[in-house]
Amino acid sequence: MTELSTPGAPLPAPPHLLSRLFKAREASLLVILLALVAVTTALNPRFLSAQSVRDLALNVAIIALVVVGQTLVLLMKHVDLSVSSVLGLTAFLSGSLFVANPGMPIWLAFLAGLGIGAVLGAVNGLLVAYGKVPALVATLGTLYVFRGVDYAVVHGGQITASNLPAAFSTFASGSVLGVPTLVLLVLAVMVGFGIYLRSYRSGREYYAVGSNAEAATLAGINVNRRVLTGFMLSGAIAGLAGVLYLARFGTVDAAAGTGLELQVIAAAVVGGVAITGGVGTIAGAGIGALLLGVIGSALVALRAPAFWQQAIQGALLLLAISIDIILARRAARAMQERSHR
Amino acid sequence: MSVPNRPKRSLLGWEATILALVALALLLGSTLSDAFLTAANLSNLSSNLVEIALIALTMTLIVIAAEIDLSVASIAGMCSALLGVLWAAHVPMPLAIVLTLGLGTLAGFFNGWLVTRLGLPSLAVTIGTLALYRGLAYALLGDRAVADFPPFWTNLGFGLVPGTQIPIPIVAFVLLAALTAVVLHATPFGRSLYAIGSNEVAARFAGLRVERTKLLLFTLSGLMSAFAAVVYTFRFSSARADNANGLELSVIAAVLLGGVSIFGGRGSVIGVIAAVFLIGIIQNALTLADVPNEILTIVTGLLLILSVLGPNLSAQLKAAYGRRGRAAKGGAQ
Repeated sequence: MTELSTPGAPLPAPPHLLSRLFKAREASLLVILLALVAVTTALNPRFLSAQSVRDLALNVAIIALVVVGQTLVLLMKHVDLSVSSVLGLTAFLSGSLFVANPGMPIWLAFLAGLGIGAVLGAVNGLLVAYGKVPALVATLGTLYVFRGVDYAVVHGGQITASNLPAAFSTFASGSVLGVPTLVLLVLAVMVGFGIYLRSYRSGREYYAVGSNAEAATLAGINVNRRVLTGFMLSGAIAGLAGVLYLARFGTVDAAAGTGLELQVIAAAVVGGVAITGGVGTIAGAGIGALLLGVIGSALVALRAPAFWQQAIQGALLLLAISIDIILARRAARAMQERSHR
Repeated sequence: MSVPNRPKRSLLGWEATILALVALALLLGSTLSDAFLTAANLSNLSSNLVEIALIALTMTLIVIAAEIDLSVASIAGMCSALLGVLWAAHVPMPLAIVLTLGLGTLAGFFNGWLVTRLGLPSLAVTIGTLALYRGLAYALLGDRAVADFPPFWTNLGFGLVPGTQIPIPIVAFVLLAALTAVVLHATPFGRSLYAIGSNEVAARFAGLRVERTKLLLFTLSGLMSAFAAVVYTFRFSSARADNANGLELSVIAAVLLGGVSIFGGRGSVIGVIAAVFLIGIIQNALTLADVPNEILTIVTGLLLILSVLGPNLSAQLKAAYGRRGRAAKGGAQ
């Protein structure tokens, strides 16, 4: 990755070449994904049954949603480790809103999740943008603080499905044309942010900040404001994911979502979002999440020994990261050589 | 990241601050509860910290060299599982321990190999091996637990040095900490870590063997994690695949609180040790004072944030007030 950002490197290749490269990376991930699905289905036809595809989609959706926010932050060369705690806290708080007001309309829970998440994200953003605390330190700190607040609020209790209005729980299980509503909502968010990052000035600014913050400043971008907004969006999306988590599982205690941050970062990295900033797409990150989910359920469908599944998944993750970075580096070198000619 | 903005922080100043905080925490603890300043409690407090303290030593070296190792707790879990499997298979204990340390060394070497030979970022590599090594721990031991370790060995884990209240593992820690401090602060190898962490390109031009050094650091980190796993297993007399789960965040929190810069190039062993004990003392004192657990989590997080935010803000204030004198030097802004 360093080759991409070496100061004094030759001018970047024309943009159409760059976008072709990204398309190629997403395409190669899709090929791996399809091959995996084909092989698994050949060995166990039930892998593609309606029920198991539905379960897979629901499982991947929540991770894929959080990855959207994480991508915004990673593009700026920062990281948000606190997403799991934000998810846990908003899941519980929006659940307790239902407990306090049983007749509450459902959209209010979503609004609350988004709002609380945005506030928590703003804490991260302020620390990173204006406090100049490195994102890794700031969000590791808030990972503890938000989780601590979560434990203090929950105080040994939990929300169960019986506390929730039926309409809210059916939101996760309901479907439109066979696609679960929850998955549709996540897809809508992904498409929205995909278009935003691709075609809007403020969306492009995320790439600029991550590629070269000083150059971005000189180009008139308000870097601090962009960083703050990015963390707020990441928090708000994690908050929305918390509400969906509650709708999907019905039962939430203080430990909900623990350890999720590494899965989310892993999905983004597998999907080609560079942790060194400035490179990646929402589509790629989404495919990364899907790939990890499919690997997980393929191992179950292929009856891999239960205790080996995590090890195999870890090895595949490592393999994906290595191949991805080596290919990206090779492509960058090829581009440099081409522009030398 | 935005290196030019990072304020200059006197290391000695931070060490003095954190040692003062340790003293303050001790004072606070003794006023909150009479049971706090007893030898038995201090002994218990320090043995609860020993695994974090051990792994923090090698993590300090790695972060000073501007890398990170997130897989330490998974290596510890895998090594604990192996120790259990070997003992259950009637391998003599000394051999089992040697093999366990060997596995940790190998795991650390593999991390280092991926980072230096393939040139992958250590954050990505060790997120991957975090999953892989924890998975191998489950592959080795499943959800079983091996608990029938012989008393001679478990006594090394939770026993005290005869005639004192000093836990035996703490003796090992003190020796290793002294060794690490000498290596880091008084040898060319130690100085080279600061050089690599401050500016890797310059270090390479200066003739430092950057790759070999990093490979060695990750290997040492694996060995230390394995050693911590042996201590952990004997201290709880239990080998399980989920041992030491999540410990990596505590270790990194302690290292950063101890004044090591996440961008590399700065930090000291004494600062990190003080930070480990600061966290431990505060948690112990608050527990004795019946402060609920959740507050401990919040305090740990706040300490971590404030340790960086505090000096940054004071530097910015200084820069704002003394702009005339300092502006030429190129301070915080």
